[in-house]
Amino acid sequence: MSYSTINRLTPYIFLAPALVIMVIALLYPLGYMVFGSFRDWDPSQSIGETSFIGLGNYISLWNDPNFHESLIVTLKFAITVVFVEMIVGVGLALLLDRNLRGMSVLRTMFILPMMIAPVVVGLIWRYMYHPSIGIFNQTLEKIGLGSVDWLGQHALLSVIIADIWQWTPFIFILSLAALQSLPRSALEAARIDGASGWQQIIYIKIPLMMPVLIVTCLLRLIDAFKVLEVILVMTEGGPGLSTEILALRISRTATEFRELGVAAAMSNYLLMLLLILTIIMLAFNKLQEMKAERQRRAVEAEKG
Amino acid sequence: MPKIRLDGLTKRYGNFEVLHGIDLEMDDAEFTVLVGPSGCGKSTTLRMIAGLETVSDGEIYINDKPISHLEPKDRDLAMVFQDYALYPHMDVAKNMSFALRLQKRPRAEIDKKVHEVAEMLGLTEYLHRKPAELSGGQRQRVAMGRALTRDSSTFLFDEPLSNLDAKLRTQMRAELAMMRQRVHKNMIYVTHDQIEAMTLADRIVVMHDGHIQQEGKPETLFKTPVNKFVAGFLGTPPMNFLDAVIESKGDDTYLTGHNFSLRCDDATLQRLTDYPLQEICLGIRPSDLEYDAAAHADESLSLQVDIAEYIGAQSVLISHSGEQKVMVELKSDTPITLGEELNFRVSLEDIHLFNPSDDRAIP
Ligand SMILES: Nc1ncnc2c1ncn2[C@@H]1O[C@H](COP(=O)(O)OP(=O)(O)OP(=O)(O)O)[C@@H](O)[C@H]1O
Ligand SMILES: [Mg+2]
Repeated sequence: MSYSTINRLTPYIFLAPALVIMVIALLYPLGYMVFGSFRDWDPSQSIGETSFIGLGNYISLWNDPNFHESLIVTLKFAITVVFVEMIVGVGLALLLDRNLRGMSVLRTMFILPMMIAPVVVGLIWRYMYHPSIGIFNQTLEKIGLGSVDWLGQHALLSVIIADIWQWTPFIFILSLAALQSLPRSALEAARIDGASGWQQIIYIKIPLMMPVLIVTCLLRLIDAFKVLEVILVMTEGGPGLSTEILALRISRTATEFRELGVAAAMSNYLLMLLLILTIIMLAFNKLQEMKAERQRRAVEAEKG
Repeated sequence: MPKIRLDGLTKRYGNFEVLHGIDLEMDDAEFTVLVGPSGCGKSTTLRMIAGLETVSDGEIYINDKPISHLEPKDRDLAMVFQDYALYPHMDVAKNMSFALRLQKRPRAEIDKKVHEVAEMLGLTEYLHRKPAELSGGQRQRVAMGRALTRDSSTFLFDEPLSNLDAKLRTQMRAELAMMRQRVHKNMIYVTHDQIEAMTLADRIVVMHDGHIQQEGKPETLFKTPVNKFVAGFLGTPPMNFLDAVIESKGDDTYLTGHNFSLRCDDATLQRLTDYPLQEICLGIRPSDLEYDAAAHADESLSLQVDIAEYIGAQSVLISHSGEQKVMVELKSDTPITLGEELNFRVSLEDIHLFNPSDDRAIP
């Protein structure tokens, strides 16, 4: 082997062990799940004893109204929370992006909810939503507005509120970091060019933050589709199926209904959904770039 | 056009004062050039006028109205930033038209204006590129173009040509000189370039360490600098400073230094009548030294030439007399031998005299 070949291979040789471990750690469970989703699989059986049923699990889910219901609840939940969190988080970041006294304390306070363990968040909100001793209903009654059936009739809204409370800070800190790394002089130029505060936000800040915002939004969406603990603690998916998001249904299918194959298939549906979302987002980004590039090429071709 | 006046303009960062009470009055549609060494506060002054820095003390007046409380957008000015400050997400055309688009001008008018300015700056073929796809010089021209598409009454330029190559710089300087005759606007211009300062300015303001050293017409500053700093700062190659003492020998008075002794004429004696000290500092511009083999010792410097820097029609000689380094500028075809002691005639009327105790000029 020539010296230069060895030189070129060296990094890969050093990386190999880590790569092998990563591939195994990543692919083995994934493969296991995909394999299992084609089988009629009871938890008491080892996977070898199960029988192959092709797309059976997928087809029965496709026709299962409860699964549909769960999917719709998940979509409603994820889209609402991410939408509201993005607006509130970015809005707060725009508002607090200034170097006033006390700002750093305020910023730290804003990110506290994110640091609390989800189970604890669920418990806190469950007690706050408690029909008789919860702070919300006590306050409402004190001011004479009567009580609200938070975790009953309005359960989905209630868990959405809790999630917004917990995860807005995530978007807030990422947006704030993005804002503070914007080129300051471009903003100064915009001020000279006559842009009002609002116009600076619309024409300079938001467009420059876009790459960070897209990634943030994607991360939050993926997370929101997989949310489990908070809702499990607050409502256990009830009342009825009103807050039974996919993660919860998957876990119930596996443990309560003892249908591992169906649970695996459901997980794969979720995985596909997330993959599609990711691809759409990335493609959207790429498309913007390509559009600008094409436009430029066209103009240059016209000239040259 | 509105008249701009700075009154005791002061800037402090924390306890650190960088501008110490700048007083300056600019005439209607005047081209004012701020020059000074790096860090003397030129950009800070400009940014305070623009409204990007707060005023610590003093006031800025436009048409005798105080404006330091106004937002930049309400001051009716355009600015070219030292670091370009382009909008990274907009192409060149969008960068240049941003202000006009904010003002909701008609599309046709905006396009016309952008093309006009792009044409002038040689940017037409780059109109659809993003700033990241341009060279430093091209970006600088875009920054310039962005200001020129505006029709503000005041233009602020912070070293707008510093990153251009020599040819483009000369060309842009000429464009600017032409523009300033054509358009009736206030211009405040920061530069390190002597030629830019001299050719463009109606008024040059020399700054040093947050103080104004001297202001006035370019030729006034060049001919009668008020102190050693201004004398040394304006002019390339810079003025030579030689320490000397005033000596009387017989009927005559001499300015005697390490390796020379110049006999004073009547006019020089006149200048020295009220001068209290023995020590004095002579300032001689390199172009005021004239090669003359036959010059008498009491009217010339005897210099040993170390290096001749050929710069076209003129050459700069770097020479020394004892420990003292002296630069001479003369026609390149002058027959000079390196390493020999040569005589260079000094005319006393061209000499600048400074008081070494406070560096002020003796008129
Ligand atoms: N934000 C700041 N905090 C503290 N000091 C500052 C700040 N900005 C500028 N200064 C100081 O103010 C002084 C003047 O700076 P300024 O940028 O006006 O210099 P300048 O004359 O434009 O120099 P150059 O020719 O290098 O651009 C410098 O000494 C600089 O260190
Ligand atoms: Mg500067």
